[in-house]
Amino acid sequence: MDGVEPVQATSGIPLLQTSDLTKDFRGFRAVDGISLSINAGTIHALVGPNGAGKTTLFNLLSGFLAPTSGSIAYRGKDITGKAPEQIAHLGIARSFQITSLFDQLTGLEHLELALASPTGLGMRFWRSERQMGQFRQRSLELIDEVGLAHLADKVAGSLAYGQKRALELALALALDPSLLLLDEPTAGMGLEDVDRTIDLVRQVAKGRTVVLVDHNMHVVGSLADRVTVLQQGQILAEGSYEQVRMDDRVITAYLGNAHA
Amino acid sequence: MTQQIKGSSGIIEPDLARRVNLDTAEHDVINPDLTRSPGKGRRRSPLRWIMLAVGLVATLALPWLVYPPVAMDIAAWALFAISVDLLLGYTGLLSFGHAAFWGSSSYVTGLIAINWGVPFPLAILGGMLFAMAIAVPIGYLSVRRTGIYFAMVTLAFAQMVYFVANQLSGLTGGENGLQAIPRSFFGIESVETDSFTFYYAAIGLILLGTWAAWRIVHSPFGRVLVAIRDNPARARALGYDVDRYKIIVFVLSAGLAGLAGGVFAISHGFTSLQELEWTTSGKVVLITVLGGIGTLWGGPLGAAIVVTLEDWLTSSGFEGTGIILGSIFVLIVLLFRHGIWGTTQDLFQRRRKAD
Repeated sequence: MDGVEPVQATSGIPLLQTSDLTKDFRGFRAVDGISLSINAGTIHALVGPNGAGKTTLFNLLSGFLAPTSGSIAYRGKDITGKAPEQIAHLGIARSFQITSLFDQLTGLEHLELALASPTGLGMRFWRSERQMGQFRQRSLELIDEVGLAHLADKVAGSLAYGQKRALELALALALDPSLLLLDEPTAGMGLEDVDRTIDLVRQVAKGRTVVLVDHNMHVVGSLADRVTVLQQGQILAEGSYEQVRMDDRVITAYLGNAHA
Repeated sequence: MTQQIKGSSGIIEPDLARRVNLDTAEHDVINPDLTRSPGKGRRRSPLRWIMLAVGLVATLALPWLVYPPVAMDIAAWALFAISVDLLLGYTGLLSFGHAAFWGSSSYVTGLIAINWGVPFPLAILGGMLFAMAIAVPIGYLSVRRTGIYFAMVTLAFAQMVYFVANQLSGLTGGENGLQAIPRSFFGIESVETDSFTFYYAAIGLILLGTWAAWRIVHSPFGRVLVAIRDNPARARALGYDVDRYKIIVFVLSAGLAGLAGGVFAISHGFTSLQELEWTTSGKVVLITVLGGIGTLWGGPLGAAIVVTLEDWLTSSGFEGTGIILGSIFVLIVLLFRHGIWGTTQDLFQRRRKAD
């Protein structure tokens, strides 16, 4: 754990805390003893090059992977090893790095599914699908919020890339999460859409805690209250965007002359 | 787009520019291939009432058009294929062991009818419940696998059921099968003896099963199934316990297969190990794919074609039924990628768009 800047004491109670979290893949250590504190109400960015362990960390936090060792606490309770669907029900929603939707369902159908998830309606194989209509109003609001109202009845497979990313965000929001894990929300976007997404994330972050992975420093700089830099599965530096940007190790390791 | 990416100096990762870029100019463009994918049958077509009426008339007219026992075979295989489609077309699971449910129900139905002489719908109900009961552990152990592994695990379980049935020859008659299954029906003689009248007594059960499949597909549960088929990880992230949904649909599907197998056994008056063989599992998958998956209509269409063809070829004394069926299957899979029903639907849709 050399080279880790001591985490500053913060006044708030951490919403999410990992301690010594480690994940091995057949001898390869993707996440190596990460102890992270995410404070409630903040936007916390994770940055680092490919292979730094960001996505693995996300998969650990959202239950898609079980850690080799270490633990994860959410609101002070241990959630290590819980299944993704259980974690979703605790109020942790995630988006995916690679657009991940249901190609044959419309935007509205997506959102109705997300809204129906905590109600148990999904198990009712003997009821009419019209039952899902009770979530229509809220779904329309959500889809409007991300600017897709005019495409609400198109199947996701037919949407353009940026629209899929927006739907992805609406889907995460539909779960009304306390903690939102966003895996590269602006991946593959042009500048215009990046700016629109930044506004969108800022909007949805109100009253929520957001953990964000992004390669785009513009996104990180404009959104993040706190930045953690990862390298080879370990925390290299942590602090505000300005602090991290000035950190010598970070500059030599990643930024190079990009910020000249 | 690429210029914009290069222009933003803060990007750490250079390969970002190589990724697919969003193009706002492409908004509203529908990917033509996706509108032709299976699964659109879940959408309610405006023609559905007409299709439903045609389907019902065809079902009721069937014993006038073909030899009544063959009509009953078509109906039973149609429901069997629908049960497979529920898994394959709507959940994305290829079961290669559905003979276990069809066949075991045919035995249990037969045994109940022989030993207790109850009206045949009750015997079939017993067979169906038995199929669902064995589907619980089989489903529980199979759904953790996907793709070819799921197919192999279900096949393995079906083979186990086959060997158990063969071993319990005191109960199942072993190689000889179960003979002389009575067709008791509240003392109504014409149903009990005449296969034409029996068809109309038994078709209610098949229609009930078909309606159940339709209900399942068009329920909130059905929508979760499609979500699971399209993207299981995403469904989990939304809070859906994917394995549980798969087990439930597996058991429901086994129930429909069992219902069909029970009707088949009563109709024939006997059942044999052939109904538990892996070739039966293969045949029902063939029928489903031939007709078109993810539509519910494909199964009945495939069943009508395959059963009729088999009947023709066998009664004409032709020995190579398998060769003909196999060739037709290969041709249809090559020429009609979405099965007969799916391809017909595509043609209609394209025509409507062209108008």
